Amino acid sequence: MFEKYKPINDKMYQVMDNKGNLILKDWKGSLSDKQLTQAYLDMLFERTADNMAVSFQRQGRMNTYPPNLGQEAIHIAVGKVLTADDWVVPAFRELGVYLAAGASLMEIFLYNKGNENGLKYINAPHLLPMSVPISTQLLHATGLGFSINYKKEKGVVFAFVGDGGTSEGDFHEALNFAAVWNTPVVFIIQNNQFAISLPVKQQTKSINLAVKGIAYGIPSLKVDGNDFLAMHDAVSYARKNAADGKGPFLIEAFTYRMGAHTTSDDPTKYRTKDEDNSWKEKDPLNRLKAFLTKKKLLKGIDEEKLVDEFKQKIEKEFEAAEHAPEYKLDEVFDSMYEQIPDELKRQKHAYESFLLYKEKVQ
Amino acid sequence: MKVMNIVQAINDALDIKLAEDNNVLIYGEDVGVEGGVFRVTEGLQKKYGANRVFDSPLAESGIVGAALGIAINGLRPVVEIQFDGFSYPAFDQIISHVGRYRNRTRGKFTAPLVIRIPYGGGINALEHHSESPEALLGQIPGVKVVIPSTPYDAKGLLIAAIEDNDPVIYLEPKRIYRAIKQEVPEEKFAIPIGKAKVLSPGDNITVIAYGAMIREVQKAMVMAKSKGISVELIDLRTIWPIDRDTISQSVRKTGRSLIVTEAPQSFGAGAELISIITEEAFLSLEAPPTRLTGFDTVIPLPMGEHFYMITPERIMYEIEKLVSF
Repeated sequence: MFEKYKPINDKMYQVMDNKGNLILKDWKGSLSDKQLTQAYLDMLFERTADNMAVSFQRQGRMNTYPPNLGQEAIHIAVGKVLTADDWVVPAFRELGVYLAAGASLMEIFLYNKGNENGLKYINAPHLLPMSVPISTQLLHATGLGFSINYKKEKGVVFAFVGDGGTSEGDFHEALNFAAVWNTPVVFIIQNNQFAISLPVKQQTKSINLAVKGIAYGIPSLKVDGNDFLAMHDAVSYARKNAADGKGPFLIEAFTYRMGAHTTSDDPTKYRTKDEDNSWKEKDPLNRLKAFLTKKKLLKGIDEEKLVDEFKQKIEKEFEAAEHAPEYKLDEVFDSMYEQIPDELKRQKHAYESFLLYKEKVQ
Repeated sequence: MKVMNIVQAINDALDIKLAEDNNVLIYGEDVGVEGGVFRVTEGLQKKYGANRVFDSPLAESGIVGAALGIAINGLRPVVEIQFDGFSYPAFDQIISHVGRYRNRTRGKFTAPLVIRIPYGGGINALEHHSESPEALLGQIPGVKVVIPSTPYDAKGLLIAAIEDNDPVIYLEPKRIYRAIKQEVPEEKFAIPIGKAKVLSPGDNITVIAYGAMIREVQKAMVMAKSKGISVELIDLRTIWPIDRDTISQSVRKTGRSLIVTEAPQSFGAGAELISIITEEAFLSLEAPPTRLTGFDTVIPLPMGEHFYMITPERIMYEIEKLVSF
């Protein structure tokens, strides 16, 4: 399907232009009009939740948060092809994927407020927790892929990494093992052009990031990550490829981090306004919206009203996170092992006797 | 009962678990066709097939990181790191993820995997083939670290490790892989992780050791006995979670203690054990708790290794000093 888009020629798969016009004239996607419209609404929801998360952080109600702004097409495209059998192995900037996998915003907020209970993802049995050390999680994806083959299960694994992560050794080990073991893993590099402050040019001399998969024998594709239609084609194909027993697939989703790395970061130090503005024209929401508008699919949708409803829902989730039970001393110890070793019990008791002492002296 | 050395006992434990639990699988460098560079997994690929016992690409972080993914989906991988000195690339996975997955997900995901690592010096090897990383590993929250010193313990501890629902690092004292033969039950049995063992009761001094050092202490004990010194020898067996009770009970009785380890001294298992002894047996102490360890140096290449390795004579020297303190 993607013969014309060999990474070595640096050809990027795109379906529509910035104005929502089809570049591939006889393109026919696999989603119905209704599904396409829903995809746009999901992207809108992700963006609304993401913006609110940033303001919760700014209000001091949440700790550091990594904004997703500008990368929603990638997330919702994966969300649309995800089945209940599939696994998701996140990096940490894939909000829409977590929601599609069954995580609640309450949990995501709770984690970002600083509570491990937010990583339980109670209704997402196959969603792994976010991984802070870069690229280390890709090996878990490879291992999960192996386990799927071993147990003759149906699912595939979607594993995420950023452009900076392609420099880490674990990236290469994960790709190599995945290929040798023929595991059903779809690796998705969200190339948002910057690893905190470092531009891709200083990260690698490779012509692009997709080309890195080729040396490992993994079919690889560079995709316009801001083009929902292209992303959906790519992840559908990659998922089927993996599910059919053809092994891993690598997608470089070429995109732009329109926000900061995290709420602690100031991108004006390393990016120009011109650069930011040029990417605003490629905003994934505007592009899909323009495409849908031309097809007259957004008639009867009151976006403003919808966003208000989203905001109310998101606010409720945040309030639930704020009202989560207080963090208990037991929680520091209880989940380290299946049974708490005596030595940990002793350390906990030592702290408890300090608490008793403190009560007495006060 | 069957007479086995440590290599055979480990192989036997793996054989038993592969036979009874289809979720158990083995991989690592050269563990399949070749049966491992120490032949620990010999014959297992032939018996259980290359889908359950196989060679992986040569990358230690990859081996351990993938094992975590495999374990998260309910399987029980037993992976081999070929030599102690090659375990360091896997430390990131062990520290950052393997030990943390249960806690991070509040028990939703667990990591019931076993990492086998031949360790220790005294085998005339190249650099990076004679290291003792047990204290480095013992500091990592969320994992358990065990070390057998006999064929019996090798089998029982490995079965316990594979059946444990938490990650276990199983260090194999390669120097005594074939040095000790012992009758070992042919059926399955497990030795509880976290329990030290009093190998021989005594009155005058407690000596605590593990792995290949046990045999050296036992040789020293023959000399001690001839001088009328009664030594209580404890095999720690588990580095973490450490068995505070067995250690403190013994030292409360003897009042004197010597810890013998091959690893570097500072911040090592000896330091931990002496802290425990001081906390728990302070009023019973007749002499300063003492450690005899490797130097805080790189372990020398074979021509200089004799300066570094702990010998029965050096153990005896310390025992005599402590008893006459």
